[in-house]
Amino acid sequence: MTRAAFVPPWFTCSQRKIFMGETPFAVEMQDIVVRFPGVLANDHVNFAVKKGEIHALLGENGAGKSTLMNVLSGLYQPTEGTIKIYGQPVRFNSPKDAIAKGIGMVHQHFMLVPTLTVTENILMGLDKPRLYMNMGRLNQEIRELQEQYGLRVDPEAMIWQLSVGEQQRVEILKTLYRGANILILDEPTAVLAPQEIDELMETMRSLVAEGKSIIFISHKLQEVRTVADRITVLRKGKVTAEGIDIGGLSRRQLAQLMVGRDVVFNVEKSECQPGDVVLQVENLQATNNKGLPALRGVSFTVRSGEILGIAGVSGNGQSELAECITGLRPATGSVRIHGKEMINASPGKIIAANVSHIPEDRTRVGSAPNLSITDNTIMKCYHEDPIGNGITINRSHARAYARRLKDAYDILAPSVHTLARKLSGGNLQKMILAREISSNPELIVAVQPTRGLDVGAIEAIQRLLLEQRQTGAAIVLISEELEELMALSDRIAVIYEGRIMGMVDPKTTDVYTIGQMMTGSRLEDIQTSTEPQNESAV
Amino acid sequence: MNLPFEIRLEKRTEDVPRWMPALTALGGVIVAFLISAIILKITGGDPLRVGKFFWQATFGSWPTFSDTIVKATPLILVGLACSVAFKMKLWNIGAEGQFYIGAFFASLVVLVPIVPMDSPRWVILGSMIVMGIIGGALWGFIPGYLKAKFNVNEIITTLMLNYVAILWNNFWIFDKWSDAGFQMTPMFDKKAWLPRLADYARQYRAFSGITLHMGVVIGFAAAILVWSIFQRSRWGYEIKLIGDNPDAARYAGLNITRNIVLVMMFSGALAGLAGMSEISGVVHRLQERISPGYGFTGIIVAWLAKLNPFAVIFVSILFGALIVAGREIQPSGLAQLIQGIILFMVISSDVLLRYRIRLIRRKALTA
Repeated sequence: MTRAAFVPPWFTCSQRKIFMGETPFAVEMQDIVVRFPGVLANDHVNFAVKKGEIHALLGENGAGKSTLMNVLSGLYQPTEGTIKIYGQPVRFNSPKDAIAKGIGMVHQHFMLVPTLTVTENILMGLDKPRLYMNMGRLNQEIRELQEQYGLRVDPEAMIWQLSVGEQQRVEILKTLYRGANILILDEPTAVLAPQEIDELMETMRSLVAEGKSIIFISHKLQEVRTVADRITVLRKGKVTAEGIDIGGLSRRQLAQLMVGRDVVFNVEKSECQPGDVVLQVENLQATNNKGLPALRGVSFTVRSGEILGIAGVSGNGQSELAECITGLRPATGSVRIHGKEMINASPGKIIAANVSHIPEDRTRVGSAPNLSITDNTIMKCYHEDPIGNGITINRSHARAYARRLKDAYDILAPSVHTLARKLSGGNLQKMILAREISSNPELIVAVQPTRGLDVGAIEAIQRLLLEQRQTGAAIVLISEELEELMALSDRIAVIYEGRIMGMVDPKTTDVYTIGQMMTGSRLEDIQTSTEPQNESAV
Repeated sequence: MNLPFEIRLEKRTEDVPRWMPALTALGGVIVAFLISAIILKITGGDPLRVGKFFWQATFGSWPTFSDTIVKATPLILVGLACSVAFKMKLWNIGAEGQFYIGAFFASLVVLVPIVPMDSPRWVILGSMIVMGIIGGALWGFIPGYLKAKFNVNEIITTLMLNYVAILWNNFWIFDKWSDAGFQMTPMFDKKAWLPRLADYARQYRAFSGITLHMGVVIGFAAAILVWSIFQRSRWGYEIKLIGDNPDAARYAGLNITRNIVLVMMFSGALAGLAGMSEISGVVHRLQERISPGYGFTGIIVAWLAKLNPFAVIFVSILFGALIVAGREIQPSGLAQLIQGIILFMVISSDVLLRYRIRLIRRKALTA
């Protein structure tokens, strides 16, 4: 191929290899149709992966990526369409068939047994060895496999002793041990720390260098641009970009392909008119679920009518911060709400102080999946008039309340009796927001309120938050989306390893300064080292 | 295998109609009886004759039907006790022990005596009911408190407390209150007996020999109480919320530890009430083996009823019938066999609620 003459610097070695000669396709999926009752999950999807390439599969939640990958890994049988693996037509009746053809899936949520060793986990579910486990030899086998691909994990370590990144390596080893040549990585970076992401990308490159193919599912455009060779974009079950080279695409173009229209990265916002101090956090310290320090002395204040954005790479203490403010996690230091000390108060007391919390995990924390919309919307006001009536609950008032919220916040569901688990991510989030906002809170702690939602829902939720700011609520907005923070916040605090790196005004600060702070530079250091005249701190 | 069609289970995406769970459960029971009939046939019995006996021994006449209800009464209360705890995903398998302690506490009223034995009957029975509730609640409080405060697994503690309760009971009836060396206390005063229909045989001749006692009214009342708690009360809402998602409940500001203790006490109280009803309505004394495992059957009853208080009544009556019939049918293990098959069938019929069965004609596989 003549194009090989110019190899852009961000290109990976695998790409160079493809450019050097005709490579047969590892995977060819043609005209795949998957129909669920009432939904066309995949509508004549074409998807092809070359041998030795990293192929990114992009799309919003519900675009049909998972469905397509479930077809490829044998979990679903397509209504129509053909699949070819290395040019050979196949028909998968179960995941076993797919594994036999060398397809390995690394799920976002790991499927490992914490109390078993790495080797035992890798062997799990295999027929061999039949009788006697020669652990020494098996460990050696795993070590050799690791060496080949640079996936370093101690084979004799128990899973619970490993970091998330190491566990992911075990998952990858598991598929390789089963002879996988085509690896599907389902949002592998979502759970990783930045340096772990770099290591994963290194691993991915060495895998394709060995001739394997990788299907990389991700939401994060930056990563896709860094590591992938080509992309296929799905939108509402249809392919909007089929196997195009990633080199020439701008971030904006990528986003446009994903959501189908020009993404507005600007939200109209009125002038900030801060009022009284609502929340005052001082020297807040707390540990995470593993007992390691997560917050190492965080201090800030938020006033009424103001949105304070908390920026940072996931896992730097943001979740813990939200939990400490809302009483869900024990902490030391001081959390004053309207001047009243509320540290380690019960969640009920903090709710009573008119604090709303839009939790990070909408299914595990924010809602009760097997209860109806009605029961979910009254969660925080079931004891108040007119719904809570003495010791009883007035069901008709409760239903009327739920109906009002459902209409006002445009929650799409057949009725208020619908179970919460039947709602889509966007509608569930709208339900939670409706519940949290309708109590006219004075302080809102919103954690990743728009994560995983489609553009329409994101806009609706951002608008609702701005309305609350307008009516005088103090808002702590924790998000990993810098655009969102820049657009909504009046001030941004950047958190890194449990410390605030600095407080900036989004109007006078550029993304790069914030980016530097997110990776551990203090605002003062950045200012003194580069432009001492730039006084952007608030 | 080359059938001309393919059977496929498809996951239901829509809600099933409200009558559907009852229908599939009933279908499960019918299938269970058919399977039992086949087993009877294989073992050389005559299913039709056994079926007839079964019917006669359980529902065939007023006295036998009354026997069935008498056996169903403790099951209703214990089934409700388990339903309440299970609704909050508290695995109280200690209803048996709570039953014994309830019976023990109720007996104290007569044996200590707590109220003078010349007080009116309603005072004596009333205090027995209260004491039964207190005893059961206490036996539920212990594992509830341990769970709430120290996160001790309630399955272990409730199971172990069963043995403690039974042995505690034995100590008193073997030693302290033994009636002439027998393993039982002396017969209670008639005033401590729950009224039976047979007591009114002089006025209404039809009632003669009918042992049905007031305990069944207590059982129905308890079912209504439990139903209203779940459907109408704030507490019931809290229990459902905690049961479905404790993290969400904590986030919504609910006091989970307090509710664990309260629910275990309420569950224990219902089981204790069953113990009271049994000694005051049937046995009329405290003795060994007042329960042939009601506390454990209650677990099955609660599951088969899918924790619905009114369904608990129906399932209890069915199981009461199986207990009564078990005495009539030979070999005697048969009734238990049928119980097991029913449990199996009803629980597996749940598949139909989550999946629909589709027959798909096989087409020539040309892709």
